[in-house]
Amino acid sequence: MSVEKLSIAKAINASLRTALENDPKVLIMGEDVGKLGGVFRVTDGLQKDFGEDRVIDTPLAESGIVGTAIGLALRGYRPVVEIQFDGFVFPAYDQIVTQLAKMHARSLGKVKLPVVIRIPYGGAIGAVEHHSESPEALFAHVAGLKVISPSNASDAYWMLQQAIQSDDPVIYFEPKRRYHDKSEVDTEAIPGPLHTARVAREGTDLTLAAYGPMVKTCLEAAAAAAEEGKSLEVLDLRSMSPIDFDSIQASVERTRRLVVVHEAPVFYGSGAEIAARITERCFYHLEAPVLRVGGYHAPYPPSRLEDEYLPGLDRVLDAVDRALAY
Amino acid sequence: MDSTAARKPRRGSSKRAGTKAAKAAPSGEPELVQLLTPEGERVEHPDYSIDLSSEELRGLYRDMVLTRRFDAEATTLQRQGELGLWASLLGQEAAQIGSGRATRDDDYVFPTYREHGVAWCRGVDPTNLLGMFRGVNHGGWDPNENNFHLYTIVIGSQALHATGYAMGVAKDGVDSAVIAYFGDGASSQGDVAEAFTFSAVYNAPVVFFCQNNQWAISEPTDRQTRVPLYQRAQGYGFPGVRVDGNDVLAVLAVTKAALDRARAGEGPTLVEAFTYRMGAHTTSDDPTRYRRDEERELWEAKDPILRLRTLMEREGHADEAFFTALEAESDALAKRVRDVVRSMPDPDHMAIFENIYADGHALVDEERAQFAAYQASFAEESR
Repeated sequence: MSVEKLSIAKAINASLRTALENDPKVLIMGEDVGKLGGVFRVTDGLQKDFGEDRVIDTPLAESGIVGTAIGLALRGYRPVVEIQFDGFVFPAYDQIVTQLAKMHARSLGKVKLPVVIRIPYGGAIGAVEHHSESPEALFAHVAGLKVISPSNASDAYWMLQQAIQSDDPVIYFEPKRRYHDKSEVDTEAIPGPLHTARVAREGTDLTLAAYGPMVKTCLEAAAAAAEEGKSLEVLDLRSMSPIDFDSIQASVERTRRLVVVHEAPVFYGSGAEIAARITERCFYHLEAPVLRVGGYHAPYPPSRLEDEYLPGLDRVLDAVDRALAY
Repeated sequence: MDSTAARKPRRGSSKRAGTKAAKAAPSGEPELVQLLTPEGERVEHPDYSIDLSSEELRGLYRDMVLTRRFDAEATTLQRQGELGLWASLLGQEAAQIGSGRATRDDDYVFPTYREHGVAWCRGVDPTNLLGMFRGVNHGGWDPNENNFHLYTIVIGSQALHATGYAMGVAKDGVDSAVIAYFGDGASSQGDVAEAFTFSAVYNAPVVFFCQNNQWAISEPTDRQTRVPLYQRAQGYGFPGVRVDGNDVLAVLAVTKAALDRARAGEGPTLVEAFTYRMGAHTTSDDPTRYRRDEERELWEAKDPILRLRTLMEREGHADEAFFTALEAESDALAKRVRDVVRSMPDPDHMAIFENIYADGHALVDEERAQFAAYQASFAEESR
């Protein structure tokens, strides 16, 4: 049977398994990905079935993990690297930005680096510092990288398949607070293009654009707004680099209002880029300025405060009300 | 290439790198592996030996002379405004030719930005090295054509690429080896330390070739380390050896032994080639601000090319005609380099948008089209 109800974590596991089965050049690398199956058990059972040569427990050194993955890719392998938590990626930031992103251009196209970097990201899990961050804009800002994030199990499965098949480096952000959310996955489906947005809920009065963990929050906000007679459209952007501006534009030309929602700080966040471009594209369609809801220009707070810091249902609806008031 | 028997350790097959190199010389300085003294005398070493024909000696000499001539021409081209920058290898010819000639075609080399002599050994046309210094590209050769990776400017990063590549070589079950170049400055980088760790725990077939040229721009080696660099290997569990980096014979022997050790499945080796950067760090640098002329003079007496010539002349490995012909070949190379660089065209402005992604990217497409339209608007105005 090809249609199964899976959690996001299990869908990623199934996708990695499929990739390991289909292509002997695919490798899994990271801290604790082997016997333990990763701290979130996303790689559970893979080392047992594919061996220590293909599912590789690495030393605890993120720059080393990404740097050696680049070398393996130069040798013809397709490494899928796990960074254990969002806040742990920065020791590898130099290798990602300076080497991984630029080597294709530096080599005038002679070198391809099909490396996928999986990063569990975002908050709301009550964690200690450095375990709840949303650094996607720091990667989307860099030419040469592609940045994506699924919001549901089917996308988690298929977007990872497509990322592994891509000849470009892809940063794959996993919404860790949604790891256990279940939905149907058809492993024999023919997926749409990787970097396109999806209308998650149709509406007429305002568009909510989100990705990763905030898609569910926006769907809940749209359901609540519907009870008050407001019809909100929810766009699941799925890709932060490139961004599917055509789909956002098409939606905004219908609804005439846009609110962008992400956990990452609003300042210089992907919402800023979307607001600027959609204002340029849809200037005469807009009834209100594009509003953003996200984290503050503050370090991610201690977990007892994270509910105040993170965009929740009420903050999304507050922005919706402000946009509709214009 | 024999691929089946390759990865098995051949115990006892090599006395090899580092086992005795740690013993101290009378001065208190660690002993250098040396096979050819600065005076051009052949000497024996208990762990390393080399026996080269006259033709092979002439080959090494020719490599070093042509590399130095090319390097001098590039410095001149920078002074004339044809290059934006040049990083001279003057003084490091033996370290680069000796190690470069130790590699096999199927080995893979990860250089810094100063490995012009190694590039020469790998068959990379020297004119291809100049594009990035002229500013027409960031690397003008196909790394896979000569198994010579692009120059890496952020120091030390390539040590990890070499280690990963070597891990892949081991997975493939072939007996190729990988060599990573870096300098005394880069030895302080975390990436080099991580490369040592990864290569050791995975027993990767990689040689770390550190050219200790005594200066990281203005900082002497004692700003990077309290112990001789080769001794760092011990803490990671693999051998390290210090070789006279101005002795092309010793560098060749030591590097070949380290590469063979890697091929035999015995893991990484750190080779510290003790040498000297005779010139400035780059054409933008002014070494008179931080080092004394006397130091340079001391190293001039250890010149790598001169000592080999002394040996060749004394033992009759080459006649006058060889040296005369080589001089003419040097001049011809310099002229070719000059001509190629001067006629190197600026890239088309649309090249900004090329090769950013292998599979394309919507934003790049959009900006490319905007830029093309903007450029085209000038053509229309001038009509």
